[in-house]
Amino acid sequence: MKGYLALIGARFRVLLQYRAAAAAGIGTQLFFGLIRVMIFQAFYRSSAHPQPMSYVDIVTYIWLGQAMLGLLPWNLDSDVQNMLRSGNVSYELVRPLDLYWHWYCRAFAMRVAPTLLRSVPVIALAMLFLGMQTPPSLASGLGWLLTTCGAVVLNCAFMMLVTVSLFWTLTGEGIQRAVLPLVYVFSGMLLPLAFWPAWMQPLLHFLPFRGMMDLPFRVYLGQVAPLQAVPEFGIQLLWTAAFIVAGRTLLARGTRRLVAQGG
Amino acid sequence: MAHIVVENLVKTFEVAERQAGMWGAVRGLVKRTHRTVQALDGVSFELQAGELVGYIGPNGAGKSTTVKTLAGILVPTSGRCEVLGRVPWKERTAHVKQLGVVFGQRTQLWWDLPVVESLELLRDIYGVTAVRYKAMLAELTERLSLGDLLDTPVRQLSLGQRMRCDLAASLLHEPPILFLDEPTIGLDAVSKLAVREFVQHLNRERGVTVILTTHDMDDIEALCTRVIVIGGGRILSDGTLDALRDRVTREHWLILDLEDETLELEDPDAEILRRDGRRVTLRFDPARVPTALLISRLTARYPVRDLFVQNPPIEEIIARLYREQAA
Repeated sequence: MKGYLALIGARFRVLLQYRAAAAAGIGTQLFFGLIRVMIFQAFYRSSAHPQPMSYVDIVTYIWLGQAMLGLLPWNLDSDVQNMLRSGNVSYELVRPLDLYWHWYCRAFAMRVAPTLLRSVPVIALAMLFLGMQTPPSLASGLGWLLTTCGAVVLNCAFMMLVTVSLFWTLTGEGIQRAVLPLVYVFSGMLLPLAFWPAWMQPLLHFLPFRGMMDLPFRVYLGQVAPLQAVPEFGIQLLWTAAFIVAGRTLLARGTRRLVAQGG
Repeated sequence: MAHIVVENLVKTFEVAERQAGMWGAVRGLVKRTHRTVQALDGVSFELQAGELVGYIGPNGAGKSTTVKTLAGILVPTSGRCEVLGRVPWKERTAHVKQLGVVFGQRTQLWWDLPVVESLELLRDIYGVTAVRYKAMLAELTERLSLGDLLDTPVRQLSLGQRMRCDLAASLLHEPPILFLDEPTIGLDAVSKLAVREFVQHLNRERGVTVILTTHDMDDIEALCTRVIVIGGGRILSDGTLDALRDRVTREHWLILDLEDETLELEDPDAEILRRDGRRVTLRFDPARVPTALLISRLTARYPVRDLFVQNPPIEEIIARLYREQAA
């Protein structure tokens, strides 16, 4: 256990070195957040129909999305990609660690460290100047924290499944491009899931992706009652467990067919 | 006690083949052809505790495949393999705790972090106690002169410095077995000597069992009493360096520095191997002509300034063995 924690700690130290990237990331996310807010402003002004979310809520949703963007599982760990391509994965396999959890720790650090660095200033600025609201109650805030933790473990487990596919494809470019729109659309990043047509809602509700982003945000806004957050967290964990089982099974097969490249 | 037992190890890889050019690429989409590569073709050997064995062979001979199988990285197609009584790929985690590994062409240190942070990370991964870590680090720092390097980020180290740090990283958990895969590749003469000296110390003083793969025959001559030569996935030779020499060739080389560059030299029992100005290298079979006789005959007939006799360099021996095997 200590080894895994040490790994996460070391990854955090590496990732927190990239302060310039964080500053640039904050700038980009504020910029795109403003554009998205303006789009919705235009949309709300031009539409007379009742919308599934109030304008105030949508602004908060957008800023939460900008702050938490880094948690979404949309990109692979380039170090792992390089390891598999170059054969450096050999060193990973001579460690007395379970490779799945070893890489899960990497994925965890990769999602959480930059997000911690970026989300705080983005949320602070958005709350002070850009119309983001606090949760309606403390309970909603706690529910949001809980489901955000659920989202983190879910996202890492999902990303691990994608990572394991590298044992077959090596480059991962293709799979990454296939996964990105799925995550982007079905998590609510592109458009809050409430805006999708009614016939799609059962599907959206069933898929694991809403737990990655839409769910915690709706808990934050109070659209999902704080008490309801607990069973929803359970569903996130169920999906996480499913991805972990699938990832571990595939990884076991992948390492058996491994041809350590080169050397 | 045998530390390592390998019996009839076979490993085949399936390699996807694609014909060259555009048409080949298109055909590859529809129909994949696979070629089977026999990396190991029935390799067997045993290593006793405290042995230092050189494992050599040309590129693609199966050296790294063997080492990676012993390290639990690769699963062989068939055959038996036990290290300290464990099957590497079956009990990988327990197995690798007993193992130090250095792949000379790669680093196990974290590129972005100071060396000491990588070492501390490895300490935690291997569960080394604080007391043992402190003692080991002190010893390794002294032996490998790491003093100033520990706080340097790995990306700023020279290759020789990096290799010393990599050696330290592989030994923090005091493994009884060490695999060194080309540890001197690309190093300058001083760094090579430092690495050799250190490996020798580990083997002699601490009784670490070492498998050393290398292309550097000086490594072999300096370190190994036993040499296993592999080619085409099979073991070509296994024994002491002297036995290997005897098997391949008994010839000696006589090197003469003549007084005169233009002098033509000839002898019925010796063959001229090469000639650089004054220096002539002859090879002869001491069973056919005693060395002393040949020398007295030549020095009587030709004005010789200096001379010495030597064994053919190990490179030569190995190259001959490879050629024999290929033929």
